[in-house]
Amino acid sequence: MNAHLWLIPLLPFAGFLLNGILGSRLPKALVSTIALLFPLASFAVVAVAAVNFFTGALPHIPYVETCPLGWINAGTLHIGFSFALDQLSLVMLLVVTGIGFLIHVYSVGYMAHEEGYWRFFAYLNLFLFFMTVLVLSANALLMFVGWEGVGLASYLLIGFYFKKTSAADAGKKAFIVNRIGDFGFLIAMFLLLANFGTLTFSEISNQLASNPGWTGGVITVIALCLMLGADGKSAQIPLYIWLPDAMEGPTPVSALIHAATMVTAGVYMVARTHVLFDHSPFALGVVAVIGAATAIFAATIGLVQNDIKRVLAYSTVSQLGYMFLGCGVAAYSASIFHLMTHAFFKALLFLAAGSVIHGMGGEQDLRKMGGLRKKMPVTFIVTTIGVLAIAGIFPFAGFFSKDAILYAAFAQGTTAGIVLWFVGLVTALLTSFYMFRLWYLTFMGEPRSPEVHPHESPWSMLGPLVILAALSVCGGWIGIERFSEFLTPAVGFHPLAGGSERLELILSIVAVLVALEGWAIADMFYRRKPQRPAQYAAAVPGGYNLLLNKYFVDEIYAAIIVRPLLAISKVVLGWVVDAGILGGAAWLLGGIALFAGAILQRWQSGNLRSYAAWLAAGAAAVLLFVLVQWTAVWPNTLNFILNVAGH
Amino acid sequence: MNAALLQQDVPLNWYLLLSAALFCLGVIGFLIKRNLITVFMSIELMLNAVNLSFVTFAHQWGAVKGQIFVFFVMMVAAAEAAVGLAIIIAVFRARATLAVDRIDLMKL
Repeated sequence: MNAHLWLIPLLPFAGFLLNGILGSRLPKALVSTIALLFPLASFAVVAVAAVNFFTGALPHIPYVETCPLGWINAGTLHIGFSFALDQLSLVMLLVVTGIGFLIHVYSVGYMAHEEGYWRFFAYLNLFLFFMTVLVLSANALLMFVGWEGVGLASYLLIGFYFKKTSAADAGKKAFIVNRIGDFGFLIAMFLLLANFGTLTFSEISNQLASNPGWTGGVITVIALCLMLGADGKSAQIPLYIWLPDAMEGPTPVSALIHAATMVTAGVYMVARTHVLFDHSPFALGVVAVIGAATAIFAATIGLVQNDIKRVLAYSTVSQLGYMFLGCGVAAYSASIFHLMTHAFFKALLFLAAGSVIHGMGGEQDLRKMGGLRKKMPVTFIVTTIGVLAIAGIFPFAGFFSKDAILYAAFAQGTTAGIVLWFVGLVTALLTSFYMFRLWYLTFMGEPRSPEVHPHESPWSMLGPLVILAALSVCGGWIGIERFSEFLTPAVGFHPLAGGSERLELILSIVAVLVALEGWAIADMFYRRKPQRPAQYAAAVPGGYNLLLNKYFVDEIYAAIIVRPLLAISKVVLGWVVDAGILGGAAWLLGGIALFAGAILQRWQSGNLRSYAAWLAAGAAAVLLFVLVQWTAVWPNTLNFILNVAGH
Repeated sequence: MNAALLQQDVPLNWYLLLSAALFCLGVIGFLIKRNLITVFMSIELMLNAVNLSFVTFAHQWGAVKGQIFVFFVMMVAAAEAAVGLAIIIAVFRARATLAVDRIDLMKL
């Protein structure tokens, strides 16, 4: 049975080429058709592969397809265009192509009146191409190609409104911050090559499996470098700063790339290389701590943001922190589970926010919204579902996955595990609070901008919302037990030391109570006593400003990294290297040419007789050279001189 | 002059020396004369010096190639004379001089 994995990335790529090259000359309807058809076909191939996967029609798992042409063959190093389909990549593929297609559909409605319509869809298809390459690749190098490619697509789409300086800057920021992470990924690959001699994931797993005692040391370094890469892509401390700014891109982009798929690539990568992390408890610990820290840090910032998309952006950072926390306690399947449900409800929330922004005529400020539940009933219902899901209220999708991560942390049976669980729990409270805050400010109460007349969005936008809402309700019902059983061949089995069903039940109840508490606080702040938030902010102005300004992290980075770097670049690179060394060398070369020219030009006087003289002299010289037998003369002369010197 | 002297072969070297002397005269004339027409004639002199050595060697080796070559050279020299004189006339019309030292710019 052949699954034709290569079609999965290449179909969107064909869409990219068609729209990218011809799009500007094609009518809008045709652009949309191309843009939708190719991702849909790609999703269909994935679906067929999934059916074959579950019916056991594939010869073996992981099912690997390699391009016969090969790619890099140098000595003992062989790297090919290899795609591997296993449980992990199948889940990711379904999420990427499925949600990707839905968001394409949504974009047709959302972007209908935008300039550069074809450009948008070309980029979106390009993103799907690279993302599927990233997910499918059987070795780290091909994954890196996809990794860089999604970064490129992200850059292009964040800066889609490139006439806006802030959008262009945000694109650059995302790209540059990601480069720092990519540096870690590259170093990790070099170390893998040096120590394992291969970049193929399965071979690395095999080598580690045959050396169970090989832990720590270089493995820790590799794992930490990989984690740096994942930190960049998945917006974790200290590299999370690009994601909130990435909201400058069109909202479907925020939903697809900066919430549902690309930013989860880091989590996917950690799960994909989990054997390395399993062999390095220290690296795992770092992942867990960074995840937990990011989760609570971003959640606190999200509490006070007023831009609807920024709240969601910080929420995404925070949820990605959960996934890292899950990876850090070796609960990879719980992480991937949360990745999946998060993709459902966060894509839903972003698209719903897009629908709100669309209906409000481009307004993104929560303080100017309100009372939209009557004007936009469908958006209201689906957002409510999304909010309930992300808050972790039973029986919505987020409850199951978040609970699985928190339980895995607690059930480590260590103090550190309980601390991580507690941080996660507090984050759950904050999450619930800021999501219900968003919900109240947007849909409840009375309209705060009477001059705007909101309208419900077209069905091309609402259709995907309804499907995503359905997934956000029942996406978690499969349950972590079955999900983790399914993923075990790909991410390994990691028993929980101190787990029991009773503990799980108790923790679930605690988590739901905490989520409801968050709702209750939001209800008090934004419905029953709307003067409270201002009073609290006035009571602790320092704390409020700290949160409102995102802990001044951007400013701190600017002061300690960006500005010194710019200063060094200006003085050392700009003045010394560029103007001094490079410019000096150029001037020197030019000067030599001028000087030589000034001398040589005397030869070219235009005087016929001087030319004739040179000609005659040249002819005489040639004659002399030909007639005299120099080979005979020189040794004789030399011998003569030597003889004279000798005697 | 008696017949014996006429019958006697002139040695090869004499022809070659004459050829070299003519050629050197041509070169010297080419280098030192100012008048463009004289320079031109010097070139003709050099060509003919070479012709002389061609003929000499052709006679010496009994080969006809050298003689044929002389015809080629004469033909080219004739063509060259036609073109060269035309240029000289054009130059004279433009500058009213034939002094090569004063004709040292491509543009007028």
